[in-house]
Amino acid sequence: MINTNDILETINMIENENFDVRTITMGISLLDCIDEDIEKACTKVYDKICRYAKDLVKTGEDISIDYGIPIIHKRISVTPIAMLASACQSSKTVRFAQTLDRAAKEVGVNFIGGYTALCHKGFSAGDYALIESIPEALSVTDRVCSSVNIGSTKAGINMDAVAKMGKIIKETAQLTADRDCIGAAKLVVFCNAPEDNPFMAGAFHGVGEPESVINVGVSGPGVVRAALAKAPDCDITDVADIVKKTAFKITRVGQLVACEASKRLCVPFGIVDLSLAPTPAIGDSVAHILEEMGLETCGAHGTTACLALLNDAVKKGGVMASSHVGGLSGAFIPVTEDAGMIAAAESGCLTLTKLEAMTAVCSVGLDMINIPGDTTPEIISGIIADEAAIGMVNSKTTAVRLIPAIGKKAGDYLNFGGLLGGGPVMEVNTASPAKFIGRGGRIPAPIQSLKN
Amino acid sequence: MKAVITVIGKDTVGILAGVSGECAKHGANVIEVTQSVMQDMFAMIMMVDISKCNVPFKELAEGLNKIGEQFGVKVHVTHEELFNTMYRV
Repeated sequence: MINTNDILETINMIENENFDVRTITMGISLLDCIDEDIEKACTKVYDKICRYAKDLVKTGEDISIDYGIPIIHKRISVTPIAMLASACQSSKTVRFAQTLDRAAKEVGVNFIGGYTALCHKGFSAGDYALIESIPEALSVTDRVCSSVNIGSTKAGINMDAVAKMGKIIKETAQLTADRDCIGAAKLVVFCNAPEDNPFMAGAFHGVGEPESVINVGVSGPGVVRAALAKAPDCDITDVADIVKKTAFKITRVGQLVACEASKRLCVPFGIVDLSLAPTPAIGDSVAHILEEMGLETCGAHGTTACLALLNDAVKKGGVMASSHVGGLSGAFIPVTEDAGMIAAAESGCLTLTKLEAMTAVCSVGLDMINIPGDTTPEIISGIIADEAAIGMVNSKTTAVRLIPAIGKKAGDYLNFGGLLGGGPVMEVNTASPAKFIGRGGRIPAPIQSLKN
Repeated sequence: MKAVITVIGKDTVGILAGVSGECAKHGANVIEVTQSVMQDMFAMIMMVDISKCNVPFKELAEGLNKIGEQFGVKVHVTHEELFNTMYRV
Protein backbone atom coordinates (compact mmCIF):
# COMPACT_ATOMS: atom_id res chain seq x y z
CA MET A 1 0.00 0.00 0.00
CA ILE A 2 1.03 3.59 -0.52
CA ASN A 3 2.66 5.24 2.45
CA THR A 4 0.04 6.66 4.81
CA ASN A 5 2.04 9.80 5.50
CA ASP A 6 2.32 10.55 1.78
CA ILE A 7 -1.45 10.29 1.40
CA LEU A 8 -2.12 12.52 4.38
CA GLU A 9 0.50 15.01 3.19
CA THR A 10 -1.23 15.27 -0.19
CA ILE A 11 -4.67 15.70 1.36
CA ASN A 12 -3.28 18.39 3.65
CA MET A 13 -1.73 20.18 0.65
CA ILE A 14 -5.11 20.28 -1.07
CA GLU A 15 -7.26 21.08 1.95
CA ASN A 16 -5.05 23.55 3.78
CA GLU A 17 -2.27 24.78 1.53
CA ASN A 18 -4.13 25.83 -1.63
CA PHE A 19 -2.53 23.14 -3.77
CA ASP A 20 -4.07 23.15 -7.22
CA VAL A 21 -3.34 22.85 -10.90
CA ARG A 22 -3.72 26.42 -12.03
CA THR A 23 -4.66 26.00 -15.64
CA ILE A 24 -5.20 23.62 -18.51
CA THR A 25 -4.70 25.75 -21.58
CA MET A 26 -5.57 24.48 -25.03
CA GLY A 27 -3.52 26.05 -27.79
CA ILE A 28 -5.33 26.26 -31.13
CA SER A 29 -3.76 27.26 -34.43
CA LEU A 30 -5.90 29.69 -36.42
CA LEU A 31 -3.60 29.86 -39.43
CA ASP A 32 -6.16 28.05 -41.56
CA CYS A 33 -8.77 30.69 -40.66
CA ILE A 34 -6.96 33.47 -42.54
CA ASP A 35 -9.22 35.22 -45.02
CA GLU A 36 -9.10 38.62 -46.64
CA ASP A 37 -12.75 39.12 -45.72
CA ILE A 38 -12.72 39.80 -41.97
CA GLU A 39 -16.27 38.54 -41.43
CA LYS A 40 -15.45 35.23 -43.11
CA ALA A 41 -12.24 34.97 -41.08
CA CYS A 42 -14.19 35.63 -37.84
CA THR A 43 -16.74 32.95 -38.67
CA LYS A 44 -13.96 30.43 -39.28
CA VAL A 45 -12.24 31.45 -36.02
CA TYR A 46 -15.42 31.10 -33.98
CA ASP A 47 -16.33 27.74 -35.50
CA LYS A 48 -12.86 26.30 -35.07
CA ILE A 49 -12.46 27.35 -31.44
CA CYS A 50 -15.90 26.02 -30.55
CA ARG A 51 -15.20 22.75 -32.35
CA TYR A 52 -11.79 22.13 -30.78
CA ALA A 53 -12.56 23.32 -27.26
CA LYS A 54 -16.14 22.13 -26.84
CA ASP A 55 -15.14 19.47 -24.28
CA LEU A 56 -12.26 21.36 -22.64
CA VAL A 57 -14.10 22.64 -19.57
CA LYS A 58 -15.95 19.40 -18.88
CA THR A 59 -12.78 17.34 -19.30
CA GLY A 60 -10.97 19.59 -16.84
CA GLU A 61 -13.78 19.20 -14.34
CA ASP A 62 -13.84 15.40 -14.76
CA ILE A 63 -10.09 15.10 -14.21
CA SER A 64 -10.39 17.32 -11.17
CA ILE A 65 -12.97 14.96 -9.66
CA ASP A 66 -11.07 11.78 -10.55
CA TYR A 67 -7.84 12.89 -8.92
CA GLY A 68 -9.28 15.07 -6.20
CA ILE A 69 -7.11 17.97 -7.34
CA PRO A 70 -8.69 21.36 -8.01
CA ILE A 71 -8.05 22.55 -11.57
CA ILE A 72 -8.80 26.24 -11.35
CA HIS A 73 -8.84 27.44 -14.94
CA LYS A 74 -9.59 26.03 -18.34
CA ARG A 75 -8.34 28.43 -20.97
CA ILE A 76 -7.53 28.82 -24.64
CA SER A 77 -4.61 30.39 -26.45
CA VAL A 78 -4.69 31.06 -30.19
CA THR A 79 -2.35 32.05 -33.01
CA PRO A 80 -1.37 35.74 -32.74
CA ILE A 81 -4.37 37.50 -34.24
CA ALA A 82 -2.09 40.06 -35.93
CA MET A 83 -1.25 37.32 -38.45
CA LEU A 84 -4.91 36.99 -39.38
CA ALA A 85 -5.35 40.75 -39.36
CA SER A 86 -2.49 41.11 -41.86
CA ALA A 87 -4.55 39.38 -44.53
CA CYS A 88 -7.65 41.53 -44.01
CA GLN A 89 -8.33 44.76 -45.82
CA SER A 90 -10.69 45.82 -43.04
CA SER A 91 -9.75 48.32 -40.35
CA LYS A 92 -12.17 46.68 -37.91
CA THR A 93 -9.56 44.45 -36.27
CA VAL A 94 -11.57 44.63 -33.07
CA ARG A 95 -14.05 42.22 -34.72
CA PHE A 96 -11.53 39.47 -34.03
CA ALA A 97 -11.52 40.32 -30.32
CA GLN A 98 -15.31 40.23 -30.20
CA THR A 99 -15.25 36.87 -31.95
CA LEU A 100 -12.73 35.43 -29.49
CA ASP A 101 -14.83 36.74 -26.60
CA ARG A 102 -17.98 35.14 -27.99
CA ALA A 103 -16.19 31.81 -28.55
CA ALA A 104 -14.72 31.89 -25.02
CA LYS A 105 -18.18 32.44 -23.56
CA GLU A 106 -19.67 29.68 -25.71
CA VAL A 107 -17.18 27.02 -24.57
CA GLY A 108 -17.07 28.34 -21.00
CA VAL A 109 -13.41 29.30 -20.58
CA ASN A 110 -12.68 32.34 -18.41
CA PHE A 111 -9.87 33.78 -20.53
CA ILE A 112 -8.72 33.46 -24.12
CA GLY A 113 -5.24 34.70 -25.05
CA GLY A 114 -3.79 35.53 -28.41
CA TYR A 115 -4.95 39.02 -29.26
CA THR A 116 -1.29 39.35 -29.91
CA ALA A 117 1.29 41.01 -32.13
CA LEU A 118 4.92 39.92 -32.41
CA CYS A 119 6.80 43.00 -33.52
CA HIS A 120 10.22 42.68 -31.88
CA LYS A 121 11.96 43.62 -35.12
CA GLY A 122 9.29 45.75 -36.75
CA PHE A 123 5.63 46.07 -37.55
CA SER A 124 3.69 44.29 -40.25
CA ALA A 125 0.45 45.95 -41.31
CA GLY A 126 -1.47 43.46 -39.19
CA ASP A 127 0.71 44.10 -36.13
CA TYR A 128 0.10 47.82 -36.36
CA ALA A 129 -3.63 47.47 -36.89
CA LEU A 130 -3.95 45.07 -33.99
CA ILE A 131 -1.93 47.23 -31.60
CA GLU A 132 -4.00 50.29 -32.52
CA SER A 133 -7.17 48.33 -31.75
CA ILE A 134 -6.08 46.99 -28.34
CA PRO A 135 -7.66 49.73 -26.16
CA GLU A 136 -11.06 49.29 -27.81
CA ALA A 137 -10.74 45.50 -27.96
CA LEU A 138 -10.08 45.21 -24.24
CA SER A 139 -12.84 47.65 -23.36
CA VAL A 140 -15.59 45.91 -25.35
CA THR A 141 -14.68 42.33 -24.38
CA ASP A 142 -14.58 40.53 -21.03
CA ARG A 143 -12.41 37.47 -21.54
CA VAL A 144 -9.89 38.43 -24.21
CA CYS A 145 -6.24 38.86 -23.21
CA SER A 146 -3.73 40.73 -25.29
CA SER A 147 0.04 40.68 -25.53
CA VAL A 148 2.68 42.37 -27.63
CA ASN A 149 6.27 41.17 -27.99
CA ILE A 150 8.49 44.20 -28.47
CA GLY A 151 11.95 42.70 -28.06
CA SER A 152 14.08 39.58 -28.01
CA THR A 153 17.67 38.58 -27.38
CA LYS A 154 18.00 37.69 -31.05
CA ALA A 155 16.34 40.79 -32.48
CA GLY A 156 17.02 43.56 -29.99
CA ILE A 157 14.30 45.97 -28.88
CA ASN A 158 11.86 47.68 -31.23
CA MET A 159 11.80 51.14 -29.64
CA ASP A 160 9.00 52.32 -31.94
CA ALA A 161 6.85 49.55 -30.46
CA VAL A 162 8.02 50.48 -26.95
CA ALA A 163 6.91 54.08 -27.53
CA LYS A 164 3.63 52.93 -29.00
CA MET A 165 2.84 50.58 -26.12
CA GLY A 166 3.26 53.35 -23.53
CA LYS A 167 0.39 55.17 -25.22
CA ILE A 168 -1.68 52.02 -25.76
CA ILE A 169 -1.47 50.98 -22.09
CA LYS A 170 -2.56 54.44 -20.98
CA GLU A 171 -5.41 54.51 -23.48
CA THR A 172 -6.57 51.03 -22.49
CA ALA A 173 -6.75 52.11 -18.85
CA GLN A 174 -8.63 55.28 -19.81
CA LEU A 175 -11.24 53.37 -21.80
CA THR A 176 -11.92 51.07 -18.85
CA ALA A 177 -11.57 53.73 -16.13
CA ASP A 178 -15.15 53.04 -15.01
CA ARG A 179 -14.14 49.42 -14.22
CA ASP A 180 -11.00 50.16 -12.21
CA CYS A 181 -8.98 50.31 -15.45
CA ILE A 182 -9.23 46.52 -15.79
CA GLY A 183 -8.41 46.60 -19.53
CA ALA A 184 -4.74 47.24 -18.74
CA ALA A 185 -4.71 44.20 -16.44
CA LYS A 186 -5.32 42.03 -19.51
CA LEU A 187 -2.48 43.50 -21.57
CA VAL A 188 1.13 42.31 -21.37
CA VAL A 189 4.18 43.72 -23.12
CA PHE A 190 6.88 41.06 -23.53
CA CYS A 191 10.52 40.67 -24.34
CA ASN A 192 11.37 37.08 -25.36
CA ALA A 193 7.74 35.95 -25.18
CA PRO A 194 7.45 32.15 -24.94
CA GLU A 195 5.24 30.51 -27.58
CA ASP A 196 3.82 27.84 -25.27
CA ASN A 197 2.94 29.79 -22.14
CA PRO A 198 -0.33 28.55 -20.61
CA PHE A 199 -0.70 31.50 -18.19
CA MET A 200 -2.74 34.60 -18.87
CA ALA A 201 -2.65 37.37 -19.79
CA GLY A 202 0.37 36.54 -21.96
CA ALA A 203 -0.66 33.21 -23.48
CA PHE A 204 -0.68 32.80 -27.25
CA HIS A 205 -0.24 29.82 -29.56
CA GLY A 206 3.09 30.35 -31.31
CA VAL A 207 3.66 29.72 -34.98
CA GLY A 208 6.01 26.82 -34.26
CA GLU A 209 3.32 25.03 -32.28
CA PRO A 210 1.23 22.13 -33.61
CA GLU A 211 -2.36 22.38 -34.81
CA SER A 212 -3.60 22.05 -31.27
CA VAL A 213 -1.86 21.36 -27.97
CA ILE A 214 -2.49 20.98 -24.24
CA ASN A 215 -0.26 22.98 -21.92
CA VAL A 216 -0.64 22.88 -18.17
CA GLY A 217 0.39 25.44 -15.58
CA VAL A 218 0.94 24.20 -12.04
CA SER A 219 0.93 26.30 -8.91
CA GLY A 220 1.46 25.86 -5.20
CA PRO A 221 3.15 28.76 -3.40
CA GLY A 222 1.20 27.77 -0.28
CA VAL A 223 2.62 24.24 -0.38
CA VAL A 224 6.21 25.53 -0.69
CA ARG A 225 5.74 27.99 2.17
CA ALA A 226 4.22 25.31 4.41
CA ALA A 227 7.11 22.92 3.64
CA LEU A 228 9.62 25.61 4.60
CA ALA A 229 7.70 26.44 7.77
CA LYS A 230 8.28 22.87 8.97
CA ALA A 231 12.06 23.50 8.92
CA PRO A 232 12.44 26.95 10.49
CA ASP A 233 16.11 26.71 11.42
CA CYS A 234 17.75 24.85 8.55
CA ASP A 235 20.48 26.46 6.47
CA ILE A 236 19.98 27.83 2.95
CA THR A 237 21.22 24.67 1.22
CA ASP A 238 18.44 22.77 2.96
CA VAL A 239 15.94 25.50 2.06
CA ALA A 240 16.81 24.99 -1.61
CA ASP A 241 16.44 21.22 -1.19
CA ILE A 242 13.01 21.55 0.41
CA VAL A 243 11.83 23.80 -2.43
CA LYS A 244 13.16 21.33 -5.00
CA LYS A 245 11.44 18.33 -3.43
CA THR A 246 8.16 20.21 -3.12
CA ALA A 247 8.37 21.48 -6.70
CA PHE A 248 8.93 17.91 -7.86
CA LYS A 249 5.71 16.70 -6.23
CA ILE A 250 3.70 19.66 -7.51
CA THR A 251 4.99 19.21 -11.04
CA ARG A 252 4.28 15.47 -11.07
CA VAL A 253 0.64 16.29 -10.55
CA GLY A 254 0.81 18.81 -13.40
CA GLN A 255 2.32 16.15 -15.64
CA LEU A 256 -0.37 13.64 -14.66
CA VAL A 257 -3.16 16.12 -15.37
CA ALA A 258 -1.56 17.20 -18.66
CA CYS A 259 -1.22 13.61 -19.91
CA GLU A 260 -4.75 12.75 -18.85
CA ALA A 261 -6.22 15.87 -20.48
CA SER A 262 -4.23 15.18 -23.64
CA LYS A 263 -5.52 11.59 -23.76
CA ARG A 264 -9.16 12.45 -23.09
CA LEU A 265 -9.25 15.37 -25.53
CA CYS A 266 -7.15 13.59 -28.19
CA VAL A 267 -4.88 16.62 -28.37
CA PRO A 268 -1.07 16.29 -28.05
CA PHE A 269 0.56 17.18 -24.74
CA GLY A 270 2.79 20.24 -25.09
CA ILE A 271 4.46 21.31 -21.88
CA VAL A 272 4.08 21.72 -18.16
CA ASP A 273 4.85 25.23 -16.97
CA LEU A 274 6.60 24.96 -13.60
CA SER A 275 5.46 28.25 -12.23
CA LEU A 276 4.65 29.26 -8.70
CA ALA A 277 1.61 31.40 -9.42
CA PRO A 278 0.14 33.21 -6.42
CA THR A 279 -3.48 34.24 -5.87
CA PRO A 280 -4.82 36.90 -3.54
CA ALA A 281 -6.06 34.11 -1.22
CA ILE A 282 -4.39 33.94 2.17
CA GLY A 283 -1.73 31.23 2.13
CA ASP A 284 -1.13 31.33 -1.61
CA SER A 285 1.58 33.95 -1.77
CA VAL A 286 5.09 33.95 -3.28
CA ALA A 287 5.99 36.91 -1.02
CA HIS A 288 5.21 34.77 2.02
CA ILE A 289 7.68 32.11 0.81
CA LEU A 290 10.39 34.77 0.69
CA GLU A 291 9.38 35.92 4.16
CA GLU A 292 9.44 32.31 5.39
CA MET A 293 13.08 32.18 4.23
CA GLY A 294 13.82 34.89 6.76
CA LEU A 295 12.88 38.32 5.44
CA GLU A 296 10.87 40.61 7.71
CA THR A 297 8.90 41.79 4.68
CA CYS A 298 9.12 41.08 0.98
CA GLY A 299 11.04 43.99 -0.53
CA ALA A 300 13.66 44.07 2.23
CA HIS A 301 17.33 43.83 1.24
CA GLY A 302 17.90 40.14 0.53
CA THR A 303 14.64 39.74 -1.40
CA THR A 304 16.34 39.41 -4.78
CA ALA A 305 18.67 36.70 -3.45
CA CYS A 306 15.78 34.75 -1.89
CA LEU A 307 13.79 35.01 -5.12
CA ALA A 308 16.79 33.85 -7.19
CA LEU A 309 17.12 30.78 -4.98
CA LEU A 310 13.39 30.07 -5.14
CA ASN A 311 13.18 30.48 -8.91
CA ASP A 312 16.14 28.20 -9.52
CA ALA A 313 15.09 25.52 -7.04
CA VAL A 314 11.57 25.37 -8.49
CA LYS A 315 13.04 24.65 -11.93
CA LYS A 316 15.53 22.08 -10.66
CA GLY A 317 12.83 20.23 -8.75
CA GLY A 318 10.28 20.43 -11.49
CA VAL A 319 12.36 19.60 -14.51
CA MET A 320 12.74 15.92 -13.67
CA ALA A 321 9.06 15.58 -12.86
CA SER A 322 7.87 16.39 -16.36
CA SER A 323 8.73 15.04 -19.77
CA HIS A 324 8.44 18.48 -21.36
CA VAL A 325 8.92 21.71 -19.47
CA GLY A 326 8.23 25.08 -21.04
CA GLY A 327 6.30 28.30 -20.82
CA LEU A 328 7.52 30.77 -18.25
CA SER A 329 8.53 28.25 -15.55
CA GLY A 330 9.64 30.02 -12.40
CA ALA A 331 8.18 32.22 -9.70
CA PHE A 332 5.65 34.91 -10.57
CA ILE A 333 5.56 38.19 -8.71
CA PRO A 334 2.27 39.85 -9.69
CA VAL A 335 1.75 42.49 -7.02
CA THR A 336 -2.05 42.76 -6.94
CA GLU A 337 -2.49 38.98 -7.13
CA ASP A 338 -0.35 38.16 -4.11
CA ALA A 339 -1.51 38.88 -0.56
CA GLY A 340 2.07 39.21 0.71
CA MET A 341 3.12 41.56 -2.11
CA ILE A 342 0.05 43.72 -1.54
CA ALA A 343 0.87 44.03 2.16
CA ALA A 344 4.53 44.77 1.39
CA ALA A 345 3.56 47.43 -1.16
CA GLU A 346 1.10 48.99 1.29
CA SER A 347 3.78 49.20 3.97
CA GLY A 348 6.11 50.95 1.51
CA CYS A 349 8.75 48.22 1.85
CA LEU A 350 8.19 46.89 -1.66
CA THR A 351 8.89 49.55 -4.28
CA LEU A 352 8.93 49.63 -8.06
CA THR A 353 12.74 49.83 -8.09
CA LYS A 354 13.03 46.72 -5.91
CA LEU A 355 10.53 44.91 -8.11
CA GLU A 356 12.63 45.78 -11.15
CA ALA A 357 15.66 44.18 -9.53
CA MET A 358 13.58 41.12 -8.65
CA THR A 359 12.52 40.69 -12.26
CA ALA A 360 16.14 40.05 -13.22
CA VAL A 361 15.98 36.74 -11.37
CA CYS A 362 12.34 35.65 -11.55
CA SER A 363 10.40 34.17 -14.39
CA VAL A 364 8.43 37.12 -15.65
CA GLY A 365 8.59 40.82 -14.94
CA LEU A 366 6.81 43.86 -13.59
CA ASP A 367 3.43 42.26 -13.24
CA MET A 368 0.09 43.67 -12.09
CA ILE A 369 1.42 46.94 -10.73
CA ASN A 370 -0.90 49.90 -10.27
CA ILE A 371 0.74 53.20 -11.13
CA PRO A 372 -0.57 56.77 -10.74
CA GLY A 373 -3.12 57.78 -13.37
CA ASP A 374 -1.14 60.83 -14.40
CA THR A 375 1.96 58.79 -15.34
CA THR A 376 2.89 59.88 -18.86
CA PRO A 377 3.00 57.40 -21.77
CA GLU A 378 6.73 58.16 -22.11
CA ILE A 379 7.40 57.06 -18.54
CA ILE A 380 5.42 53.85 -19.12
CA SER A 381 7.52 53.30 -22.25
CA GLY A 382 10.67 53.94 -20.21
CA ILE A 383 9.62 51.24 -17.74
CA ILE A 384 8.94 48.86 -20.65
CA ALA A 385 12.35 49.62 -22.20
CA ASP A 386 14.17 48.93 -18.91
CA GLU A 387 12.34 45.67 -18.41
CA ALA A 388 12.89 44.57 -22.01
CA ALA A 389 16.61 45.36 -21.65
CA ILE A 390 16.84 43.04 -18.63
CA GLY A 391 15.17 40.28 -20.65
CA MET A 392 17.19 40.88 -23.79
CA VAL A 393 20.59 40.88 -22.10
CA ASN A 394 19.86 37.94 -19.80
CA SER A 395 18.19 35.81 -22.51
CA LYS A 396 15.06 35.48 -20.42
CA THR A 397 11.43 36.43 -20.65
CA THR A 398 10.48 39.74 -19.10
CA ALA A 399 7.10 41.35 -19.21
CA VAL A 400 5.33 44.52 -18.17
CA ARG A 401 1.72 44.60 -17.05
CA LEU A 402 1.09 48.02 -15.55
CA ILE A 403 -2.29 49.48 -14.71
CA PRO A 404 -2.41 53.28 -14.84
CA ALA A 405 -5.05 54.10 -12.20
CA ILE A 406 -6.89 56.86 -14.02
CA GLY A 407 -7.89 59.68 -11.65
CA LYS A 408 -5.93 58.16 -8.78
CA LYS A 409 -2.58 58.83 -7.16
CA ALA A 410 0.00 56.86 -5.17
CA GLY A 411 -1.59 55.28 -2.08
CA ASP A 412 -5.09 55.02 -3.63
CA TYR A 413 -6.52 51.61 -4.51
CA LEU A 414 -7.68 49.64 -7.51
CA ASN A 415 -9.78 46.50 -7.06
CA PHE A 416 -10.25 44.14 -9.99
CA GLY A 417 -11.82 41.31 -8.03
CA GLY A 418 -11.26 37.59 -8.55
CA LEU A 419 -7.79 36.31 -9.29
CA LEU A 420 -6.60 39.66 -10.60
CA GLY A 421 -6.97 40.95 -7.04
CA GLY A 422 -6.34 44.56 -6.24
CA GLY A 423 -3.82 46.73 -4.47
CA PRO A 424 -2.35 50.11 -3.81
CA VAL A 425 -1.16 52.50 -6.48
CA MET A 426 2.64 52.58 -6.30
CA GLU A 427 4.99 55.54 -6.65
CA VAL A 428 6.74 56.01 -9.99
CA ASN A 429 9.89 58.04 -10.65
CA THR A 430 8.54 61.03 -12.59
CA ALA A 431 11.77 62.24 -14.27
CA SER A 432 11.07 62.24 -18.00
CA PRO A 433 12.63 59.82 -20.51
CA ALA A 434 10.59 61.51 -23.28
CA LYS A 435 13.52 62.41 -25.53
CA PHE A 436 14.98 58.90 -25.37
CA ILE A 437 11.61 57.29 -26.10
CA GLY A 438 10.88 59.80 -28.89
CA ARG A 439 14.02 58.82 -30.82
CA GLY A 440 12.47 55.58 -32.06
CA GLY A 441 14.50 52.96 -33.95
CA ARG A 442 15.85 49.71 -32.60
CA ILE A 443 18.22 48.77 -29.82
CA PRO A 444 20.58 46.35 -31.59
CA ALA A 445 20.62 42.74 -30.46
CA PRO A 446 23.27 42.21 -27.77
CA ILE A 447 26.51 40.35 -28.40
CA GLN A 448 25.18 37.34 -26.46
CA SER A 449 22.67 36.78 -29.28
CA LEU A 450 25.51 35.71 -31.58
CA LYS A 451 25.77 32.10 -30.48
CA ASN A 452 26.01 30.39 -33.85
CA MET B 1 -8.17 0.26 -10.99
CA LYS B 2 -7.90 1.41 -7.40
CA ALA B 3 -8.98 4.49 -5.52
CA VAL B 4 -7.90 5.89 -2.18
CA ILE B 5 -10.53 7.20 0.21
CA THR B 6 -9.38 9.35 3.11
CA VAL B 7 -11.64 10.30 5.96
CA ILE B 8 -10.48 12.94 8.41
CA GLY B 9 -12.49 14.49 11.24
CA LYS B 10 -13.95 14.09 14.67
CA ASP B 11 -14.52 10.46 15.65
CA THR B 12 -18.17 9.40 15.74
CA VAL B 13 -19.92 6.03 15.79
CA GLY B 14 -20.56 4.49 12.40
CA ILE B 15 -18.08 6.32 10.12
CA LEU B 16 -16.38 3.14 8.96
CA ALA B 17 -19.72 1.40 8.42
CA GLY B 18 -21.10 4.40 6.54
CA VAL B 19 -18.15 4.69 4.17
CA SER B 20 -17.77 0.95 3.54
CA GLY B 21 -21.55 0.62 3.12
CA GLU B 22 -21.50 3.29 0.41
CA CYS B 23 -18.62 1.48 -1.31
CA ALA B 24 -20.50 -1.82 -1.20
CA LYS B 25 -23.61 -0.17 -2.60
CA HIS B 26 -21.67 0.85 -5.70
CA GLY B 27 -19.64 -2.34 -6.11
CA ALA B 28 -16.35 -0.87 -4.90
CA ASN B 29 -14.41 -3.59 -3.09
CA VAL B 30 -12.52 -2.54 0.04
CA ILE B 31 -8.99 -4.00 -0.13
CA GLU B 32 -7.23 -2.40 2.78
CA VAL B 33 -8.05 -0.08 5.65
CA THR B 34 -5.69 1.86 7.87
CA GLN B 35 -7.16 3.95 10.61
CA SER B 36 -5.98 5.80 13.63
CA VAL B 37 -7.76 7.74 16.33
CA MET B 38 -5.68 10.31 18.15
CA GLN B 39 -7.58 11.81 21.07
CA ASP B 40 -10.92 12.32 19.35
CA MET B 41 -9.57 12.95 15.83
CA PHE B 42 -10.18 10.20 13.35
CA ALA B 43 -8.06 9.51 10.25
CA MET B 44 -8.88 6.59 8.00
CA ILE B 45 -7.33 5.63 4.68
CA MET B 46 -9.12 3.04 2.63
CA MET B 47 -7.90 1.41 -0.58
CA VAL B 48 -10.74 0.23 -2.78
CA ASP B 49 -10.86 -1.64 -6.07
CA ILE B 50 -13.18 0.30 -8.38
CA SER B 51 -12.77 -1.85 -11.48
CA LYS B 52 -16.20 -3.40 -10.89
CA CYS B 53 -17.79 -0.19 -9.64
CA ASN B 54 -21.32 0.09 -11.06
CA VAL B 55 -21.45 3.90 -11.20
CA PRO B 56 -19.15 6.53 -12.70
CA PHE B 57 -16.32 7.68 -10.43
CA LYS B 58 -18.01 11.06 -10.01
CA GLU B 59 -21.12 9.48 -8.47
CA LEU B 60 -19.07 7.32 -6.13
CA ALA B 61 -17.18 10.41 -4.96
CA GLU B 62 -20.37 12.41 -4.51
CA GLY B 63 -22.00 9.58 -2.54
CA LEU B 64 -18.99 9.34 -0.23
CA ASN B 65 -18.86 13.11 0.21
CA LYS B 66 -22.50 13.03 1.32
CA ILE B 67 -21.70 10.33 3.87
CA GLY B 68 -18.86 12.56 5.08
CA GLU B 69 -21.25 15.47 5.49
CA GLN B 70 -23.68 13.30 7.47
CA PHE B 71 -20.95 12.37 9.93
CA GLY B 72 -19.34 15.81 9.93
CA VAL B 73 -16.01 14.51 8.55
CA LYS B 74 -14.04 15.38 5.43
CA VAL B 75 -13.98 12.61 2.84
CA HIS B 76 -11.54 12.76 -0.07
CA VAL B 77 -11.59 10.26 -2.94
CA THR B 78 -8.90 10.05 -5.57
CA HIS B 79 -7.43 7.62 -8.07
CA GLU B 80 -4.44 5.74 -6.66
CA GLU B 81 -2.35 6.99 -9.56
CA LEU B 82 -2.10 10.48 -8.03
CA PHE B 83 -0.03 9.21 -5.10
CA ASN B 84 2.04 6.86 -7.24
CA THR B 85 2.87 9.78 -9.50
CA MET B 86 3.78 12.16 -6.71
CA TYR B 87 5.82 9.86 -4.53
CA ARG B 88 7.45 7.32 -6.84
CA VAL B 89 10.15 8.22 -9.30
